[in-house]
Amino acid sequence: MVPTNYFLILSAVLFLLGVLGVLVRRNALVIYMSIELMLNAANLAFVAFASASGGLEGQLAVFFVMTVAAAEVAVGLALLVTIFRTKKTIDIDTLHQLKG
Amino acid sequence: MTVDLLVFLILALIAVGAAVGMLFSRNMVYAVLFLVLVMMTIAVFYLMLGAPFLAMAQITVYAGAIMVLFLFAVMILGPERLPEEGGPVAWQRPVAIGLTLAFLVEVVYAFAAKVGGLGTLMPPAEGAGSPAAIGQVLFNQYLLPFEVTSVLLLVATVGAVVLTKDGKDK
Repeated sequence: MVPTNYFLILSAVLFLLGVLGVLVRRNALVIYMSIELMLNAANLAFVAFASASGGLEGQLAVFFVMTVAAAEVAVGLALLVTIFRTKKTIDIDTLHQLKG
Repeated sequence: MTVDLLVFLILALIAVGAAVGMLFSRNMVYAVLFLVLVMMTIAVFYLMLGAPFLAMAQITVYAGAIMVLFLFAVMILGPERLPEEGGPVAWQRPVAIGLTLAFLVEVVYAFAAKVGGLGTLMPPAEGAGSPAAIGQVLFNQYLLPFEVTSVLLLVATVGAVVLTKDGKDK
């Protein structure tokens, strides 16, 4: 079987790719997808640990993360569409009305 | 090298490659499809880890529902291609890439230094992670959180409808 560490390393790599996406891209939709990638990487680590320990609690945590992610995407995309209607862009650098 | 390890390495390569493709593709539709590929490979990882229920939920919820929502958003927003040369903070991108690489080296070293320390995965026990086993725990120990998520989803649905409704009928 595959060592648990390998799954954790893969999870870390995917998480960091998500972080990189949030930091370097300017398109709000790509930033959302990077956040989804980070959530998935965390889920993979949860399942790897659950499988290593032989319990089911880790898998249930993933189940709850999935529902919260679904809710977050629905509201987030609705916000993006509303912002696009009024501003005609989803470039996060031009959306700085709240900047102090 | 066992067959399991070979399958893992090939799938890991596909997952990382698709994630990189998602980050750097200029066309939004391609980015969404790359992310769907990542979700699919992660579903296969769940199967390898003995979580068949989660693998199916991953495909239906993530690849099926969430990514279709993203595709709809791309359709509404238009496949907008933004000029991606540096934002107001010119040094942000190189610093971000440098720090991410440093963190990556650190994390991979931390995990790779302990190969075997966390043990290898046992072949999953018969029926573990099946819908029946998950439901047993979910509806006995975690009934209240489960009901709370149903309220959360309802609130999210109503919120999305309220946010996207145009205010012409006022």
